[in-house]
Amino acid sequence: MPRKLPETDVVLVGFGWTAAILAQELTQAGLRVLALERGGWRDTPTHFPPTVAPDELRFYWRKEMFQDNARETLTFRNNTGQMALPMRRWGSFLPGEGVGGAGVHWNGQTYRFLPSDFEAASHNVKRYGPLADGLTVQDYGVTYDELEPHFDRFEKLCGIGGVAGNLNGDIQASGNRFEGWRSSNYPNPPMEMTFAQHRFAEAAQALGHRPYPAPSANMSRPYVNPLGVQLGPCSYCGFCEKYGCGNYSKASPQTTILPVLMQHPNFTLKTHNEVLHITRDSTGRRATGVVHVDLEGETYEQPAQIVILCAYQLHNTRLMMLSGIGEIYDPRTGEGLLGKNYCYQVVSSVDVFYEDKFTNQFAGAGALGMMIDEFNGDNFDHAGLGFIGGGYIACWTTNARPIETHRTPEGTPEWGSAWKKAVAENFLKSTSISTHGASMAHAANHLDLDPTYKDVHGRPLMRMTYDFTANDRAMTAHLTEQARRIGERMGGREIRVKPRQGPYDSMPYQTTHNTGGTIMGSNPANSVVNRYLQSWEVPNLFVMGAGVFPQNAGYNPTGTVAALTYWAAEAIKTRYLRDPGPLVRI
Amino acid sequence: MGTMLASPAFARTIAGLPWSPAQTSTPQSLVGQHFLTAAEKHCLDALTGRLIPSDEYGPGAPEAGVTTFIDRQLAGFFGRGDRWYMQAPFRDGIPGQGYQSEHAPAQLYRRALASLDAFCRATFGGRLYAELETEAQDELLRQMEAGDLSLEGVSAETFFGLLWENTIEGFFCDPLYGGNRDMVGWKLVGFPGARYDYRDVLDHNGAPVRLEPVGLMGGPQWRVD
Ligand SMILES: Cc1cc2nc3c(=O)[nH]c(=O)nc-3n(C[C@H](O)[C@H](O)[C@H](O)COP(=O)(O)OP(=O)(O)OC[C@H]3O[C@@H](n4cnc5c(N)ncnc54)[C@H](O)[C@@H]3O)c2cc1C
Ligand code: SF4
Repeated sequence: MPRKLPETDVVLVGFGWTAAILAQELTQAGLRVLALERGGWRDTPTHFPPTVAPDELRFYWRKEMFQDNARETLTFRNNTGQMALPMRRWGSFLPGEGVGGAGVHWNGQTYRFLPSDFEAASHNVKRYGPLADGLTVQDYGVTYDELEPHFDRFEKLCGIGGVAGNLNGDIQASGNRFEGWRSSNYPNPPMEMTFAQHRFAEAAQALGHRPYPAPSANMSRPYVNPLGVQLGPCSYCGFCEKYGCGNYSKASPQTTILPVLMQHPNFTLKTHNEVLHITRDSTGRRATGVVHVDLEGETYEQPAQIVILCAYQLHNTRLMMLSGIGEIYDPRTGEGLLGKNYCYQVVSSVDVFYEDKFTNQFAGAGALGMMIDEFNGDNFDHAGLGFIGGGYIACWTTNARPIETHRTPEGTPEWGSAWKKAVAENFLKSTSISTHGASMAHAANHLDLDPTYKDVHGRPLMRMTYDFTANDRAMTAHLTEQARRIGERMGGREIRVKPRQGPYDSMPYQTTHNTGGTIMGSNPANSVVNRYLQSWEVPNLFVMGAGVFPQNAGYNPTGTVAALTYWAAEAIKTRYLRDPGPLVRI
Repeated sequence: MGTMLASPAFARTIAGLPWSPAQTSTPQSLVGQHFLTAAEKHCLDALTGRLIPSDEYGPGAPEAGVTTFIDRQLAGFFGRGDRWYMQAPFRDGIPGQGYQSEHAPAQLYRRALASLDAFCRATFGGRLYAELETEAQDELLRQMEAGDLSLEGVSAETFFGLLWENTIEGFFCDPLYGGNRDMVGWKLVGFPGARYDYRDVLDHNGAPVRLEPVGLMGGPQWRVD
């Protein structure tokens, strides 16, 4: 029997980006907030100071800050005709674990989805006619205009550096002219670009595109955020994504919220406590709290007035499944919503090799890049192209740790002397253009519970059934061709095109941008949560994270994840607390 | 939790900032830990020496300490598969499902190295892999890579994948782990290591920036034996 603990107002499951934001918002509103995190405490001076952080083997290859695979993983297959097998170690994506979640070791590429991304179904149907067979694309049920103030808050919290492209409707020449309107400019200027970005920008411009500096959560100058927390300037250390920042220069829960939140008397954090499931009363319509287990195997029942899942898309979806809240999607019948519309990110690249120019790519940062948006979302005419959606094309200078990145020209053998020579000659003289494409929801791609494999507690693992769709293959081919055209004009000796082809492979790292599974929408027949991220079925249960995206857009998710979190927090504070119950009545 | 964690893991309730001095989470170099036998090391030197040979461009994998690195890694949590999901049932998957062997890395090495030497002895008149001509060694590596060699009790292709991965790790990791000795891997490619501040060189504009590499434990003169 779990030991019953005293009740709290709000219990947050997980303590990464979304939980940190909510904890700050809800303690400010006077609520007693408890966060349960299954990993350990983490702070800059203890866990990733500059004398510890730049360790490629330890942090990336031995995955010290990522979720412990031995305790729980996913099973994966491309389609229902295959047997799903466990991902015995992480590859294609890297779920975070421990205080700060993946916010500790993200890149900091921080975007607002395009206005049309939130209306991907109605917008595209109106412009191009009915969606292709099998696509289950939906509108978000919330609009860009509604989220604008919340995007603004996150950018100021994080000290994002960038250049506005649309200030209250006025298009700005050096920013992204396709972006939705913004009520104010970025709080910081863009980062200092280096050689590769200059070459990319010149080439893109020559082709008629409008390159702009990528919005970055790596500080371009010292910054004090609205909570009074101070961040230091980025030193372009080159150990950014997959690593913690030793300089307090990358916006993370640790560097933007925790110094204030942790001192709030209404806030408590329990680390190394894993939530097993959500408990409900006999009606099933009210969450009574959660059951969690500590490292010694002791279980506890934690009663709460409000339960909020902040455990990352994958775990939020699985916790809903294990708690029996909602029906799991079945691709044969199309019934059920939990696990439906699982989407990812469809990426490709074009490497550029110089003969006598040095890119010196060790000097870089997680969000140091120039990019174009001409082929993102619906910024271009898709008539006759055979797909909807798109993505951005960027030249980043990051990733250049040598175990991970040692580019070689086309035709180089995979090992031996010739490989060694090619790596030696090209390490300092190459760069890469990335295409970062949307992923449109399809009836065949989904998440459910695995019939065979179990976690450390003996409960079913989640099963992922995923492959790139015909839409996304056409999209990525189009983007890769545009990137090739830019790459050819960057003045290199040669390029190497790395298109996204063949079935989805769960091993090579692509992105940790998993979406869907607990999607949001306009009514309980098409979604798991309403436009305020509130469960339709259990109104005192809220679900954060990219799991609510009905499909994924061309940008990285966290800017939009955070804006949705602030939006939900506001609805809880201003409406739910006054009148606890459904915030949308049908 | 993994034994890799420098500070012991325990559940706790935290209010306020729990930072305390001198608790820095230092890396585990696994100095002095061994898994491999002398015969296995001999075979591994030969294998990694073909993957990254010593040549006119500089020292190869064995000279860089890759065998020492792999030996230590196999003796630790990595070799035991402590942080990998190793629950049955084990089945052969499609390539996109990744590693599916029932053997954690240390046992996979043990079996593969024994089978490879047994195969060589039977096929090449009693000679071990390390005793073959380099052309024959390369040909066997190619066959393993392509999945064309059948080794007793292990998938040669899976072994090749892991071996190549660990060889690159050992060649380019921080020297504190026993590989990349004297930072030869970093010097080969021009990687300056763990310097952590490049603001001064960002406007290089395509010109070379030559910096002596620095590791977590100091400069290139530092060495691990
Ligand atoms: C290498 C990398 C690079 C990235 N780069 C970018 C980028 O440049 N731009 C961008 O937009 N996004 C990026 N992301 C994604 C970004 O990190 C996530 O979108 C963001 O952290 C999601 O916030 P979250 O709160 O949903 O989850 P997280 O921040 O991951 O937090 C979830 C927390 O919940 C905990 N948890 C899970 N299950 C349980 C349970 N059962 N009980 C208790 N606790 C639990 C986990 O341990 C974790 O700490 C990147 C991610 C990675 C890994
Ligand atoms: S690149 Fe900048 S923000 Fe990223 S870890 Fe290094 S110093 Fe921090």
